[in-house]
Amino acid sequence: MYKAAVIGDTASVSGFAALGLTVFRETGPERIKKLISRLAAREFAVIYITEPAAAMAADTIKKYREEPLPAIVLIPAIEGNTGEGMKALHEAVEKAVGSDILKN
Amino acid sequence: MARLNVNPTRMELTKLKKKLSSARRGHKLLKDKRDELMRQFMIMIKENRQLRSEVEAAISQANRYMAVAGSVMQREVLETALMLPKQEVELDVSTKNVMSVNIPVFSPKYRTSDSNDIYSYGTAFTSIDLDGAVSALSDIFPKMIRLAEVEKACQLMADEIEKTRRRVNALEHIMIPDYEETIKYITMKLSENERSTTTSLMKVKDMVLKQSHNFT
Repeated sequence: MYKAAVIGDTASVSGFAALGLTVFRETGPERIKKLISRLAAREFAVIYITEPAAAMAADTIKKYREEPLPAIVLIPAIEGNTGEGMKALHEAVEKAVGSDILKN
Repeated sequence: MARLNVNPTRMELTKLKKKLSSARRGHKLLKDKRDELMRQFMIMIKENRQLRSEVEAAISQANRYMAVAGSVMQREVLETALMLPKQEVELDVSTKNVMSVNIPVFSPKYRTSDSNDIYSYGTAFTSIDLDGAVSALSDIFPKMIRLAEVEKACQLMADEIEKTRRRVNALEHIMIPDYEETIKYITMKLSENERSTTTSLMKVKDMVLKQSHNFT
């Protein structure tokens, strides 16, 4: 059985605890990177991470992009939506099609 | 285009012809694979975009509730309220094969069967906004799981499409023209050899005839 985790600052992720997701309140770049690697090695299939937290560990997240598990999904933090999550989608399109056809 | 470095013999020619025909077949197959992957990918991308905007909107809504709850309640109380969750989610992961890309399929299993049984606190000391935040998150959660699935599928497929496209291009623009050119070179060389043998034979015949019968 796999589990799902949420990483981010306290205010953004506390609500997910009620849903039964495992919540990690981390804001330091190094700790987030380590945490992602640790969760990926253990039985976490889905990791939701807030956009500001993801920005701090962009290279680690990129590393897991081509692995079948875990799926790392960006979610908006309490400060608002930065559009990083959509950007990842556009990147995937650009990679596959050769140009970003979703732009407009 | 570069000609391959082979000896112009009949054996090499047959070998190359065989290689060319399998390269052509491989090229056709890979092209089909690429086209189908692309079709599936476009469907996935559409769903991904739709889900993402829904999920982002819902989470932003929940965050707004949470911000209000945080401002009317003490931080400690808020933390305590969410400290011991009633609900617990576990994911069953299986894989689905789409054009040889193994995409994950998550099926969530909840500890409590009642989807309303998520409030891990009494309502006496908590703000109603906290209830709003929790219920908004719980409503969108199935879509969040689906989003994780689709997003991973998109990433894996984008990767596979890129690889397949490279292979198709390598076959189409490098390997097949190279084989064709080498085959042409060998055929030319062989027929040239043949002609040269014929002419030298004719020459020899002329010489022999001249010697024995004094023909001019």
